[in-house]
Amino acid sequence: MKDPRRLSKVLSYIILAPILSFFIAPVLWLFVTPFSSRPSLFISFSTPTLSNFARVFQNKTAINAFKNSVVISVGVVLLITVCALFAAYVLSRHYFRGRDILLYVLVLFSSIVTGVAAMVPIFMLNLKLGLIDRELGVILTMAGGMLPTSIFILKDFFDSIPRAFEEAAFVDGSSPMQVMFRIFLPLSSKGIIVIAMLAFAQSWSNFLIPFILFRSHMKYPVSIAIYTFFSEVGVPDIGMISAYALLYTAPVIVMYFLVERKFGFSFYGGIKG
Amino acid sequence: MVSNLQKRYLMGKKAVVLLLIPALTLIAIFLIFPAIWVLKLGMTNETLTGIKAREPDFVGFQNLARIFSDRFFYNALKISLLFVFGSAVVGQAGLGMSLALITYRKSRRLKTLVQSIVILAWIIPEVVVAYLWIAFLDKDFGTLNVLLSWFGIRKINWFYEHPIFTIIIFNTWRGTAYSMLLFSAALETIPPSYLETADIIGTSPYRKLKDIILPNIKSYIFTDLILITLWTFNVFTPYLLTGGGPSFRTELLPIYIYRNAFKYFKIGYGSAISTVVLMINLLLAIFYITLSRRKKA
Repeated sequence: MKDPRRLSKVLSYIILAPILSFFIAPVLWLFVTPFSSRPSLFISFSTPTLSNFARVFQNKTAINAFKNSVVISVGVVLLITVCALFAAYVLSRHYFRGRDILLYVLVLFSSIVTGVAAMVPIFMLNLKLGLIDRELGVILTMAGGMLPTSIFILKDFFDSIPRAFEEAAFVDGSSPMQVMFRIFLPLSSKGIIVIAMLAFAQSWSNFLIPFILFRSHMKYPVSIAIYTFFSEVGVPDIGMISAYALLYTAPVIVMYFLVERKFGFSFYGGIKG
Repeated sequence: MVSNLQKRYLMGKKAVVLLLIPALTLIAIFLIFPAIWVLKLGMTNETLTGIKAREPDFVGFQNLARIFSDRFFYNALKISLLFVFGSAVVGQAGLGMSLALITYRKSRRLKTLVQSIVILAWIIPEVVVAYLWIAFLDKDFGTLNVLLSWFGIRKINWFYEHPIFTIIIFNTWRGTAYSMLLFSAALETIPPSYLETADIIGTSPYRKLKDIILPNIKSYIFTDLILITLWTFNVFTPYLLTGGGPSFRTELLPIYIYRNAFKYFKIGYGSAISTVVLMINLLLAIFYITLSRRKKA
């Protein structure tokens, strides 16, 4: 009875080993090279150093891009959190004619209108609005694209709050606004954190939108800066790029695993992209 | 009669509108409008520079007609289909299902370890992922070729000799996490007693998979396939790896749109191709929504 179980265990390790190596191999470089004193494209372990990071902090373009990315992501997070909070509250607790159609339209458009499919009209829209090469254009474009998903996530959290809570508050004479801020906001802090973190991670990582909307180098966020570092002619400073890439990636990884550990939901991936 | 309490409870019309306005305005302008405007832009010969930038002509369905005799379009469509089939349907769903099955009914530690590693590939920003793969696959110094050379295998110029295969493998690596997580969650919905009973009567692993596991998670598999098809079809990351080359051999539809609109400045023609992509997205999305509604009902 015991043998086949052990066999299956051993067998699963044998299958897992190459698959996991396949997943680890390309990423390993990101965690090794920034600390290498002789950085190259090959993963080479050598005496650890921080000089690659020092070169990042001496690079004006790199530092400037970091600031730009922070501005964009903070803008998107604030915009998304406030707009989604308001909208999700209404959509969760108030029935009006056309609500279901509205929800259907939101689901439909948010899944078909990707940055890729709409890059041309998004560019033209920003051009006509005078928003090319401006942070505001990038922030509004990203926020508009991510909002429906954020609203749905938050609405799910709101839907699970028992009616009795707000009824009690209404009996005590609270207004809908008070109910939203004093009951829904604290009770769904988990949901707010989720949509804020998602908005941060997605705007921080986004490449295409700033790529088509920014013109001048001084406006570039980190994603575009890294791309120009490795794609432009000349010999790339591999050590510096790797250190920069690690600094850029770290917040996203830390955030993901923090949220996952704290709340134990890894399943909001449905809205990636 | 509507009591005072109920009136409050129902929230004034004004409040409803005020609370919805910020979100709906943003969505209407930056999400819905572009999708509709692209239909009109696709029927003009608008360009970014020159006379047609100022006074574009309405050309109706000429662009669309041209698309269907454009060999670069067919090239991009073919590569996109290969890419979706290879990296999403076979790669991500296949590998995701394998990983979910291998870790199914195993220790929590093992599951967390496997999932964390696979998820890492999925959450790293795309520009970093692109550079990691450029480094990994570099002909002379890349880790893969150096490892292979230890076994006496010659150095391969991956992006040049096997361009489509390379971006398919890359994108499988990149996106498997989603399918793995979805299938893992799906497997948890199967009542344990089903498999315990099968264990007792000594059912073979193959029969367990075919008669118990797969029929129970069928709807999850459909959901997964539609979603990853939609997403993979709309992926831009390969551009960061190959720029669409060598000689258009990795030029996916999104990259072809980019080339027309932003390298040749043909806004009208680029919009027409976007329209085709949007229509394909629409079909997939309607399929998905209908399916998930039926599941709920």
